[in-house]
This record gives sequence, C-alpha cells and structure tokens, in this order.
Amino acid sequence: MIVTINGVKKEIPENIRTVERLLEHLQVQDKKLVVEMNGEILNKDQHGQFRLKSGDVLEIVHFVGGG
Amino acid sequence: MLKIGSYTFHSRLFLGTGKFPSADIQKEAIQKSETEVLTFAVRRMNIFDPEQPNFLENIDLSKFTLLPNTAGAKTAEEAVRIAKLAKAAGMCDMIKVEVIGCDKTLLPDPVETLKATEKLLEEGFTVLPYTSDDVVLAKRLQELGAHAIMPGASPIGTGLGIINPFNLSHIIEQATVPVIVDAGIGSPKDVAYAMELGADAVLLNSAVSGAKDPVKMAEAMKYAVIAGRLGFEAGRISKKYYAEASSPMEGLIRL
Repeated sequence: MIVTINGVKKEIPENIRTVERLLEHLQVQDKKLVVEMNGEILNKDQHGQFRLKSGDVLEIVHFVGGG
Repeated sequence: MLKIGSYTFHSRLFLGTGKFPSADIQKEAIQKSETEVLTFAVRRMNIFDPEQPNFLENIDLSKFTLLPNTAGAKTAEEAVRIAKLAKAAGMCDMIKVEVIGCDKTLLPDPVETLKATEKLLEEGFTVLPYTSDDVVLAKRLQELGAHAIMPGASPIGTGLGIINPFNLSHIIEQATVPVIVDAGIGSPKDVAYAMELGADAVLLNSAVSGAKDPVKMAEAMKYAVIAGRLGFEAGRISKKYYAEASSPMEGLIRL
C-alpha cells in the first residue's frame, strides 16, 4: 500500500498493518518520536492499535537542536 | 529562585541546543553552563536515514526541564500543532511560542504570537512566548496569562546585544511574570547587562554554540548571569554629571 510519510509517498509492504510495525520497518522504533496520523496525534502506547490503510498521511517527528 | 508556572529553577541561564560543532562539545557546554532548562525544536524525522546523528541523543534529557520551541511556525495554527506534537513526547508541558513574521529579521509576528499564546494557555500548556521588545505587546501577553515573557534583545542569531534597553526596562518594570531575555545576545557583557536591568533569566544559543570555544563561553555566561543578577539585587549607584571623590577630603596633606 502507499502511505505519505513526512510529505513523501512511500510504498510499504502489505504485511505492515499497524503504526507500530511501520516504525519497526523504518527502524526507528527505539527512537524518541511522535507520530501524527491523518492530523491526529497518537499516544505512544497506541501505536500497535492504529491500523494503516492506503492513502494515510503520517508525520513522524522528533526533537532536534534548536534555540 | 526563579519560578515559572509550577517550575522552580536555581539557574537563571536557559540554553538552546542548536548548531553546536559536535555532540561532545554540546554536552560539555551544557554541563559548564549549569543550566537547568534546555530548548530544542521539533522537526520531521529523516526516516530514509534514521542513523543520521542527533546530538540530543547524547544528553540525559531527564535531568533537565525541557522547553521545546515552535520555531518554523508562521501562523498560530502551526505553532499550536508543533506544541501539541512536542507535548505528546511526554517529556514536557512547557512551550516557547515562536511565530516568525519576517524572514529577513526573524522578528516574531505579534498577532499570531498572541493568538497562539491564548490557545496554548487554554490547552493547559506552560506558555513562554518569544516576543519583540514591544512594551504593550508584553503587557497583553501577560494579561492573557503567559507564564513568562521572552523579549528579544535583538534579532535571532545577530549577536547585536540589547539594542533597546529602554523598552526592555519598561517590560521588566511592568512585569508580573518572569522576563527572560531571549535572542540576539552576543557576549557575557550583554548577559550581565540584561540581568542588571532586572531580567529574571536569559536564553542563549548562538552566543555559546557559535563561540570559538563554546565550553569556555558557556562557563563565562554562567558567571555573567550570576554577576548581573547580584549587581541588580545590590542596586547600582546613580549616574552623576560631576565627579565625586571616593577618598576623604579631610586631612589633605599640603605643601
């Protein structure tokens, strides 16, 4: 299926059905991050419950140096 | 002691985490500054290269109070979204509202800053708006319920120091919440000056991270904050037009 992640359309394997699995697929599951899906901010403990479907728009953000 | 909302700090130096030359230098500079508050930004993760270095991973953030900013926002709506994303990380409920209204000067948009502050206060954040040195705007932000006011000394990253001490003094004089001088500070002299004017704290980034020796500068800034604050509390002498001898005029030895 195709989802938009951080503004980029990305093809992901069909067996990746949840946000939790997607983060593992992207190898960022151990990072401190926040996921927003279709405009809704997800709680970290809910990542396993949110199911992905084609056309979903995700933002994966983190903290970087800044003043 | 500095109190902002429900937080209490011993150090009056807030430190930004942008543009340090290396993770190790940043870590050591933070240590030397003895800061208790670190600021940072919220950005999209580079998911196509998750291994790219992020200096923040080098720091035990649990030892600090975290003050994320909304840098990058140009509207109140964008600022609120960034603030909510930052809060969702579960590490802080403080937010530095930063809504830029001019790309050339990076001066904040007063109208959007006011709107974002109002909305974030409603949402229960501890809100510290970055503002220009406008005396009336500072008052309006304070009346909204902002937990601190962060007037800029001069535009971000310029190192020009305090270009309008008159306005800054008025902001400080009328303030009922802490005033943190943010942006534009270049040297320890500027820091001491801000603190002598009665600022409750300063927020520095480029002045430290861009110094030839950021670690040494972080230490210098720590002392400048302390010196300026003590000077303010001690109360400086008034300025006079004519000289006044400090040695006694009695018992002068004459030829």
